[in-house]
Amino acid sequence: MAAPFELNDNNVVVIIGTGAGGGVLANELAQQGVSVVALEAGGRYLPQDYVNDEWESFGQLAWTDPRTTSGDWRVAKDFAGLPAWIVKAVGGSTTHWAGASLRFQAHEWKSATHYGEVEGANLLDWPIDAAEMAPWYEKAEEKLRVTRTGGREGLPGCNNYLVFEKGAKALGYEEVSTGRMAINSEPNDDRLACRQTGFCFQGCKWGAKWSSAYTDIPRGEATGNLEVRDRAQAARILHGDDGKVTGVEYFDQDGNLQMQQARVVCVAGNSYESPRLLLNSASSMFPDGLANSSGQVGRNYMRHMTASVYGIFDKPVKMWRGTTMAGIIQDEARHDPSRGFVGGYEMETLALGLPFMAAFLNPGAWGREFTTALDSYENMAGMWIVGEDMPQETNRITLSDSVKDQFGLPVVDVHFSDHPNDIAMRNHAYQQGSAIYDAVGATRTLPTPPYPSTHNLGTNRMSENPGDGVVNQWGRAHDILNLYVSDGSQFTSGAAENPTLTIVALAMRQADHIVGELASKNL
Amino acid sequence: MTAETFIRIDKHPEKNGMTRRELLKSATALSAAFVVGPGFLAASNAAWATEVEALKPETFATLVQMARDIYPHDHVGDEFYVNAVKGYDTKEAAPDIEQGIRLLNAAARLKQYDNYLSIGWERDRVKVLETLQSTPFFQRIRGGLVTGLYNQKALWPLFGYEGESFSQGGYLDRGFNDINWL
Repeated sequence: MAAPFELNDNNVVVIIGTGAGGGVLANELAQQGVSVVALEAGGRYLPQDYVNDEWESFGQLAWTDPRTTSGDWRVAKDFAGLPAWIVKAVGGSTTHWAGASLRFQAHEWKSATHYGEVEGANLLDWPIDAAEMAPWYEKAEEKLRVTRTGGREGLPGCNNYLVFEKGAKALGYEEVSTGRMAINSEPNDDRLACRQTGFCFQGCKWGAKWSSAYTDIPRGEATGNLEVRDRAQAARILHGDDGKVTGVEYFDQDGNLQMQQARVVCVAGNSYESPRLLLNSASSMFPDGLANSSGQVGRNYMRHMTASVYGIFDKPVKMWRGTTMAGIIQDEARHDPSRGFVGGYEMETLALGLPFMAAFLNPGAWGREFTTALDSYENMAGMWIVGEDMPQETNRITLSDSVKDQFGLPVVDVHFSDHPNDIAMRNHAYQQGSAIYDAVGATRTLPTPPYPSTHNLGTNRMSENPGDGVVNQWGRAHDILNLYVSDGSQFTSGAAENPTLTIVALAMRQADHIVGELASKNL
Repeated sequence: MTAETFIRIDKHPEKNGMTRRELLKSATALSAAFVVGPGFLAASNAAWATEVEALKPETFATLVQMARDIYPHDHVGDEFYVNAVKGYDTKEAAPDIEQGIRLLNAAARLKQYDNYLSIGWERDRVKVLETLQSTPFFQRIRGGLVTGLYNQKALWPLFGYEGESFSQGGYLDRGFNDINWL
């Protein structure tokens, strides 16, 4: 049940975004008696609404408002208006994520220390470490009911996994399994067990995969302390003469501009929309945007070193049958500069349906080299590769000076170019990925370029020193006492792992901190 | 091979009264991929027929061949390519498409062919397409095919793809791990 709060109620915490960061934070605060208004740009969709059809689902869930792109990444050429594939809906991209729930490795919290000087990289240690995060990871794994943690069984392996596993073992890889997944292998926490249906990216119709859309959000609402306003596009964060934020202007579902007063504002709109909102909130007191005295808002954009490898065999695989991300090889995730790059990468199975395979296998390609690959669609196995990419100051989110959204707000331009370390790592991964499938008798392997970004990180990064980043160890803006960042944009490094578990753990930790600060009247 | 062996472009006004059935009948006498009649096209084996409203029939026939040459799948029938480009047969789209196909035929003539459809080998048609691949026309047609062709549900089984499985309870009891050759 929604708890309607007045627009002039200046006691509420306003959270912008309801995904892994905002959705979890909203519930955690509500459970502890804090009044929360969550503003969500998208609509509300539940498992019965999800559509197991790739393009139709894309039309339902994806963030397709205009964005522009620049830089030498291929996405800027192939998907100039769609730099990211993320979700605009209550629950954000937890609707769409594949469920891989991995902890950072200890060294990844301290990348500057461990990787040393990397030319062109703006490496920085996080102000927190593995020991600080361990108990929060445990809480996050429990919340998400992650398999292979807390005594929970792993998922069974589907065809795509069995091919991947056999190739991995033939190469001598040892850390091979169906992974730690926020997908139930048994019914748990009012969520059903996985039915190996595929379409994990389109929203799980069984609710077997954790999503804040049907867990944290309704549970927070049930306390009476959380009101979610959907189809509410945040426009500007306001502040007073003392520099503290006072409320958020947003366009409601009818397109009318509203202003919700706030005691605290938490920004969790993903790594494009969060810096966009801070930059669009520039004022005479903060001419470069809110929380931007360091000049780092929007910078150090990371999207993970990604790539895919598909293998074609002389017999059927039917990779679409079963969990989309059905297994993982972790042997290459270590930091081992002898491979010619710093940091590491994970290999995770991935399956696309025929329509998306046609769109993403080799965008822009045509002719027989392309179509003969698709002719063997039934005989394909696939993997996605996700590795740590280097933060670079010049990879950044800026406001477009020409393109505006339907509300007249400047959209973001996403500028990205690969770092040489990213390219070296991708080439290594292509080689290893192909070798895995060759070891099982692949007749052809396809090193596939990065898709529009699903992991968007780093554009409001966490730093110990206010000159190096935007927020402190709690995700609290260095410049503004009652302004927080609660999503993946606070990441100081990207690490090799899928980011959702870390976003959830940070949100739970931040909620605990905010409750304490409210109790001690610091907020 | 020439254009005439692939298609018959009927420009004679007295034939305008020909029924579809008559034309289909005459079409089956040819070994052509399809026949172009006044206002409509039909497969030579009568597997499909479509009426064209805004585009010239020969323009549409060329467009269908172009679509197949961009994404050639020998086990996929013409009807899927026809469906994929049928959306351009509108008053709004027609001028640009006619212009684009004129461009394509001009590119074919630069390589000493009568027109695009008269080129017998796919490889030679592809060479003509390559000269146009950076044009907005080519990119529009290619980009449109990515969804126009591959998002036809009826086409998926030709590639083995099964689409949604939720309505059947997923694959947990229906072969999610049935691989038997590893």
